[in-house]
Amino acid sequence: MLKRTIPLLITALAGAILIVAYFSPATTNWGEVVTDWMNTLAAVAFILGGGNLLFVNLEKISSRRAGWAYAAVTLLAFVVTLTFGIFKIGAVPNPQFPATPWAGDYESVRAPFGWVYEYVLSPLTATMFAMLAFYVASAAFRAFRAKNIEAILLLGTAFVILLGRTAAAGILTGWIPVDGPFAILRLDTLAVNIMQYVSTAGTRAVMMGIALGIAATSLRLILGLDRSYLVSD
Amino acid sequence: MARLIHSSSLAYAFGFLATMLWQTPRTQGAMEVAPPPVIQLTAADKPGDDGRAIVLHWASAEGAPQILLSRTLGDEENTSLVREIRIAAAAAALAAGATPEAAEQAATDAEQAMSTNHELGWKFIGVASGTEGRLGFEVTDLPAAANGFRFRAIASRDGAQSAATETAASVVTEIAPLFASRIPLMVAVIVLTALIGWSVWMACRVRAPQLRKIAALNAIDEAVGRATEMGRSVLFVPGIQDMTDIQTVAGLTVLSRVARTTAEYDATLEVPTTRSLVMTAARETVQAAHFAVHRPESYRADLINYVTDEQFGYVAYVAGKMVREKPAACFYMGAFYAESLLFAETGNSVGAIQISGTAEPSQLPFFVAACDYTLIGEEFFAASAYLSGEPAQLGSIRGQDLGKLLAAACIVIGTLLATIGAFAPDGSAASAASWLVGALG
Repeated sequence: MLKRTIPLLITALAGAILIVAYFSPATTNWGEVVTDWMNTLAAVAFILGGGNLLFVNLEKISSRRAGWAYAAVTLLAFVVTLTFGIFKIGAVPNPQFPATPWAGDYESVRAPFGWVYEYVLSPLTATMFAMLAFYVASAAFRAFRAKNIEAILLLGTAFVILLGRTAAAGILTGWIPVDGPFAILRLDTLAVNIMQYVSTAGTRAVMMGIALGIAATSLRLILGLDRSYLVSD
Repeated sequence: MARLIHSSSLAYAFGFLATMLWQTPRTQGAMEVAPPPVIQLTAADKPGDDGRAIVLHWASAEGAPQILLSRTLGDEENTSLVREIRIAAAAAALAAGATPEAAEQAATDAEQAMSTNHELGWKFIGVASGTEGRLGFEVTDLPAAANGFRFRAIASRDGAQSAATETAASVVTEIAPLFASRIPLMVAVIVLTALIGWSVWMACRVRAPQLRKIAALNAIDEAVGRATEMGRSVLFVPGIQDMTDIQTVAGLTVLSRVARTTAEYDATLEVPTTRSLVMTAARETVQAAHFAVHRPESYRADLINYVTDEQFGYVAYVAGKMVREKPAACFYMGAFYAESLLFAETGNSVGAIQISGTAEPSQLPFFVAACDYTLIGEEFFAASAYLSGEPAQLGSIRGQDLGKLLAAACIVIGTLLATIGAFAPDGSAASAASWLVGALG
């Protein structure tokens, strides 16, 4: 009973307090208390996460499971970065307190921690992000195959938007007078109109459904109707 | 400590100097003629707020493009200033060779001198535009002050400043029972709650509503079954946000069903997470699912692990795992950003059946293009109710739809009013449309 009832009570209480605190100035402090509790929990869970990372990767290395070398690299990177950050090793001395190493700037690129961030993590992150361009191309290739009416409409719209957002719009339809009766047929105008009216209307409809869905889901959780995340008794 | 006292004294000295300079109307230079002072300066508590805002108004400050504003100190600020002055006076006395008792007396004298000095205890709060149409200023984020606040305005033009104008009396702020600006939203929440409550009651007492088939949710069994037959794992990605995001919570409710199916089929379910709290909640959810199908022994906590908070570090881990282990089914349920397409395309390249769900409108097209099934926006939030089949949860979906009907009605009425307002000469329809926008906006 305790495994279900107490979490349900905590969920209901925290949810109700946050809702009331949003509308009533007198209870704003209550909401801040709940948020503080949440942050405390997150901080504790962060230690749990670090411990889990160590445990999972050590286990993978010790049992020589497939891909154990990746686990070794992960562990090495984790321990080295953590050590540089926590102990502020090689931190750039603070001009105000040169005799106090702990007052130094450890995020500077001249410090090991900052150097690792700037010259190891950032390039790796940028590399992963850059791959997105190729994935967009391959996904677009599949999505825009004209296999039925809907796909043809999608392809046509995407084509207009792509052309309308590039120099091709001016080259192809730049000759149509801006203030003439056929100005709407200019590719740049068409692209703007599709984005401003058709796309925005569709997005707003989705957003409205999402907002109501969030409200209904929150109510289900606060009222304890949805208990799928709890261990059964 | 000595360094602290030294810096405090300097701060005090500079503050005092700045206050005195500010007070003196500057008329140096042939072109710098001081503008006339601000007249009829009034301050009033802003109604319907948390007692931290005051609105200032003044009648005019002719020819002054800028109005310099300051206020008296709040309780804590005043205490802090007294402390600074006492420390500075005591430090100066000690430096001059005074005894500790004499230094204490010097600190007390300095505090008494401060209380009689009207120019101390003012804080600069901002510059208001003195040009036409901007003869007002809202002072926000005020600290607590039992005796309220007084305000001072100085007109400024080309560096020359007028004499200061002060408000006649202190203004004490009041905390309203409700935020006035949030009342329309509160009404909407109450109405929606009532509609959902009524629908839940009707579903429990009369008849549960029938939901249309959602292909993505019906495909869960198929996807897990395929993974079981192929002897490969099932990968579940609960987004990259923490438990504070409702999408993550909604994702975990879907995880509950996926975990139940994998437990029944004895398939391997892996859940890499990007937040440690999500890992804890996911473990709880999966364990609950294993208990529910009476297979607690098949639950493995080590398959639900924390990877990193770093967005693309997480992408690298999950994409690498997909390429190496080739899961037969991939679920992406939660909040996703740039990584959505990276996951979905990698999953596609390894031939996995992919089911996604998110409420991020900007990521939906990527999932639709690259996944086999996608839960779009509200479908994602309805998934838990749909999968549970419980009348109470299904009833809440009907309540949600009634709310949508109400919103659609407001849109239609607003559109009609705005359209009529564009043609009607008296403007009543236009003002009604504006009121509606204001009330709902």
